[in-house]
Amino acid sequence: MLSRTADSLYWLARYMERAEDVARIVMVGHRMASMARSLENPGNEWHSTLIATGCEQGYLAKYPEATAALVIDYLVRDPDNPSSIFSCLETARRNARVVRTALTVDMWDALNETWLKTRDAGGAACDRERLLELLEWVKERSLLFSGAYANTMLRNDAYYFTRLGTFIERADNTARILDVKYHVLLPRHEGVGGALDYYHWQAILRSVSALRSYHWVYQERLKPWFVAELLILRPEMPRSLLSCCEQIVRHLELLAEAYGGLRGECHRIAGDMHARLRFGRIQDIFQSGLHEFLVDFMERSIMLGNEISKLYLK
Amino acid sequence: MAGRQDAFPAFDEMGAGRHCRGQYDLIRSWIEETAADALSLKRREAELLFRRIGITFAVYAEGGDPERLIPFDIIPRVLDRAEWELLSRGLVQRVRALNAFIRDVYHRRDILRAGHVPQELVLHNEGFRAEMQDFDPPQGVYTHVAGIDIVRLGPRQFCVLEDNCRTPSGVSYMIENREAMMRLFPDLFARHRIAPVSHYPEELLETLQSVAPANCDHDPVVVLLTPGSFNSAYYEHSFLADEMGVELVEGADLFLDDNIVYMRTTEGPKRVDVIYRRIDDDFIDPLTFRADSTLGTPGLFNAYRSGNVTLANGVGAGIADDKAVYRYVPAMIRFYLGEEPILDNVPTYCCWTREDLGYVLDHLGELVVKEARGSGGYGMLIGPQATREQLSAFAAKLRAHPENYIAQPTLALSTCPTFVETGIAPRHVDLRPFVLSGKEIRIVPGGLTRVALREGSLVVNSSQGGGTKDTWVLES
Repeated sequence: MLSRTADSLYWLARYMERAEDVARIVMVGHRMASMARSLENPGNEWHSTLIATGCEQGYLAKYPEATAALVIDYLVRDPDNPSSIFSCLETARRNARVVRTALTVDMWDALNETWLKTRDAGGAACDRERLLELLEWVKERSLLFSGAYANTMLRNDAYYFTRLGTFIERADNTARILDVKYHVLLPRHEGVGGALDYYHWQAILRSVSALRSYHWVYQERLKPWFVAELLILRPEMPRSLLSCCEQIVRHLELLAEAYGGLRGECHRIAGDMHARLRFGRIQDIFQSGLHEFLVDFMERSIMLGNEISKLYLK
Repeated sequence: MAGRQDAFPAFDEMGAGRHCRGQYDLIRSWIEETAADALSLKRREAELLFRRIGITFAVYAEGGDPERLIPFDIIPRVLDRAEWELLSRGLVQRVRALNAFIRDVYHRRDILRAGHVPQELVLHNEGFRAEMQDFDPPQGVYTHVAGIDIVRLGPRQFCVLEDNCRTPSGVSYMIENREAMMRLFPDLFARHRIAPVSHYPEELLETLQSVAPANCDHDPVVVLLTPGSFNSAYYEHSFLADEMGVELVEGADLFLDDNIVYMRTTEGPKRVDVIYRRIDDDFIDPLTFRADSTLGTPGLFNAYRSGNVTLANGVGAGIADDKAVYRYVPAMIRFYLGEEPILDNVPTYCCWTREDLGYVLDHLGELVVKEARGSGGYGMLIGPQATREQLSAFAAKLRAHPENYIAQPTLALSTCPTFVETGIAPRHVDLRPFVLSGKEIRIVPGGLTRVALREGSLVVNSSQGGGTKDTWVLES
């Protein structure tokens, strides 16, 4: 297939996934902020949300400080922010339009209808009351898109590139969501292990739809290292870093097979990332610092993206 | 419908007053027995359908919706078999002559030497490509896809208004309009025997394969070259590529190695044999034509001239669709084919001749004046509909730059019943059939009917608020 087509499929999947991921991160922010309010502890939740989505710099160039209304608008609607949910949906649709011929009708419908709706709502400021409804809708549309392509695409290279896009973005996002916790400062009298800390971890689990999974897997109250283990190392958790890396390795291998054994640096990096997770231990990660571990992971995943692009997409 | 005042008494394709022409019998009773609000509901359904499929058309230089829909009218335009036979013979004849003309212009120029077409009109024309001199494209074909714009003035009188030999668009609407009609009105459909159009992409693919380079010793690889997703016809490009099952490429997806064209794929370079290009000559190769073009591929023209790749349509084919050259097409038919033209031309005045300019200025109020090289219905004057001020302003433009204009009598384009705000009323239409030339000439019965939706308007271009209709050719 055309390199440009593969490139568009890959980014289309990444942007659809990113729209969902930003929606999930805003949900975490929202939940943490409302808890802080109810506990009468105004904190820096919205600022940490900006850091977690990688949007801090762009935001501060536009506004002097992080207030709830402005951050939400910046992350959800703002066309100046390339990672805002609406921008992601638009970029996804633009990529889709370029590769119309490589999409199934169901994929196109899912994307196009999402875009038509956001376009109609695009000009309006987003209503705080209906924020959660909107975020749920974005999540649903992204799930619809994943379902559409998982169920209708031919299992060939076009599918493998789409899969790669989804999982590289998702891994990055899981790492970012976990990292929100690092940036949220606990008020002085609210120690680690206190009520607020507990609710923060709970919010993180909820945002990746994993609160119940946690209870099934661990059958005890929330503990930070278990939450981290679930989202980083557990193979049965579909959004964990390990699960995502497994999928990345698998689809890179399928591509290599389809292309007569052609492999590159991206295969080595993916294999290396996978092995670290597959044989990693949560106590080691906490010992050397969860935040440092996550930053390192995100850097590797950027390198991986660059190498995939070098081998196939240019 | 009877008794309506119209500045241009026109042939009504359904039949005026109580009289109804045979092929419209069922349509008329369908209109009469269907409630107006049911039709109006169907029309909204049609719009949703088109919006969902994503069939849109961008209009340049307009602040509006970049993905505007071309309005689709739900009442079909119907031609019977005899009418189509006549049209079809006329189209084949005309395209054969146009192709012979282009070939001649880039070889011996017999027609110029015989004095049938003025030499300077051809050789100083901006559509003329000296780079094509003495080159023989595969099968001698230049006009692989031609769109011939036809207007109807009477029961058996069809005139050609314009020839489009470069990259005519609109065929996707022909196919999608049919799809929409079949979905919206299955019963009405079942009551007619209508010649199908959905095989057009297959016909196109076979046409393109039949003109692969002579040295191509494998199944020819065909691609469709698009300027990109910002082009107004991008939907059509992706639609055709998809229906033919070929790659939709942009200039940057192609590259040259040792004068051979390859496309960049995830598995490495892949050779390309035939390029159906929807990019104008000017932009296909910055090394030969416009150096500032980023849409094309450097070196492409050289590979074409070396016979390593086929471009469709051929480079330089635009010389035949110039609005001034148009005037000489009947002469071409007589000169190359030794036949009398089956389809009439519209009388055309070339304002750069003293004689014609005088006539045009004297009769400005009756004529349609167009830019000789314009398209899309921009910058034209319709004399009978212009105010006194507009007329004198245009006369000044004509005197200043007569070389830019041609003029034609204002034609009473035929009308078809059309669904408009106030109900069903006649509106002026034209027809663009698509003629495919490869080893043989083929035409899918029908074409794209464009309709001027504003009352009394004669301008059918989609960029000027025109709409489209499904065009039915009845089998029996």
